[in-house]
Amino acid sequence: MLLAQAATEINLNKGLALIGYGLGAIGPGIGVGLIWAAVINGTARQPEARGPLMNIAWTTFVLVEVLALIGLVLFFIASA
Amino acid sequence: MGELVLAEGGEFAPPGAKDFFLPPIFGGVTKPMVLVVLSVIIIAVFFLLATRSFKLVPGKFQFIAESVYDMGRNTIAREQIGGKDFKPFVPLIVTLFTFVLVNNLFGIIPLIQFPTMSHIGFPLAVSVLVVYPVYHFVGFKRHGFVGYLRNQLFPPGVPKPVYVLLAPIEFFSKFIMNPITLAIRVFAAMFAGHLILLVFTLAGEYLLLEAGGLLKPVSLLSFAFAIAMTFLEALIQVIQAYIFALLSASYIGMALASDH
Repeated sequence: MLLAQAATEINLNKGLALIGYGLGAIGPGIGVGLIWAAVINGTARQPEARGPLMNIAWTTFVLVEVLALIGLVLFFIASA
Repeated sequence: MGELVLAEGGEFAPPGAKDFFLPPIFGGVTKPMVLVVLSVIIIAVFFLLATRSFKLVPGKFQFIAESVYDMGRNTIAREQIGGKDFKPFVPLIVTLFTFVLVNNLFGIIPLIQFPTMSHIGFPLAVSVLVVYPVYHFVGFKRHGFVGYLRNQLFPPGVPKPVYVLLAPIEFFSKFIMNPITLAIRVFAAMFAGHLILLVFTLAGEYLLLEAGGLLKPVSLLSFAFAIAMTFLEALIQVIQAYIFALLSASYIGMALASDH
């Protein structure tokens, strides 16, 4: 009875939101890593292709990055 | 043990979203509003002064202004929109880049230290009221109403039945999500960056002033991290401004493209 009462009063939202964001950030982390790994590989094989590669890298990087940033916004919404 | 040491002073209150809502300076005018006006003045004065007397051998200011313009014109606009019709958009792209850049950099300039773009309203206004109408307008103007919709919603090289799924997804991403993600990208990066700086400086202050004797030296570490994060933040702010201009140019380029 007492235990149940104590359990209902604890607000777990913040911790859960943080864990959720941590898990959610894994995906974009791997994605961003893959993109730049590909750029490094490409530049090492063909240094003169660096310019076009960087352009493609930035445009794809932002698509992946926004997932982590949306996660951050959702973290603040969920932890309120 | 740790609790005993920590319990000496007041409770440490971690910074949150509430720290971004500063009290108004006067009337309904808040700090971000003043900063936006200030940024416009800074950019206008800088470019007017730097370009007032062009010389063959550029001076320091002319060199900076030329570099910024060159990057906006050649690296961003020409690459993304294409060599044929990028010229009308160069002023817009350069303006977007400098505007977002200066407003972001306010986050690490001493005494100002508040990135305007960390309030979602400002980037949302720039993307929904400026970028979004521009790229759809030029698209509709170039291809006509039906042509533009067909261009945008029915990408070529896909089996016919897939369009049932693909067209709504394309519509959702191009007409609804694009302006929102464009704004969220710069907003969340600035918000998170400013929050990290707040965490390290406030924790350092707390450890130095409130915490017990053993914990006081730890504040040095916290301040050192705050300084390191400031440099990281400078990098991110420039990158975010670059990305904002790059994506705007990319949207315009996609709206104009007629490869099918």
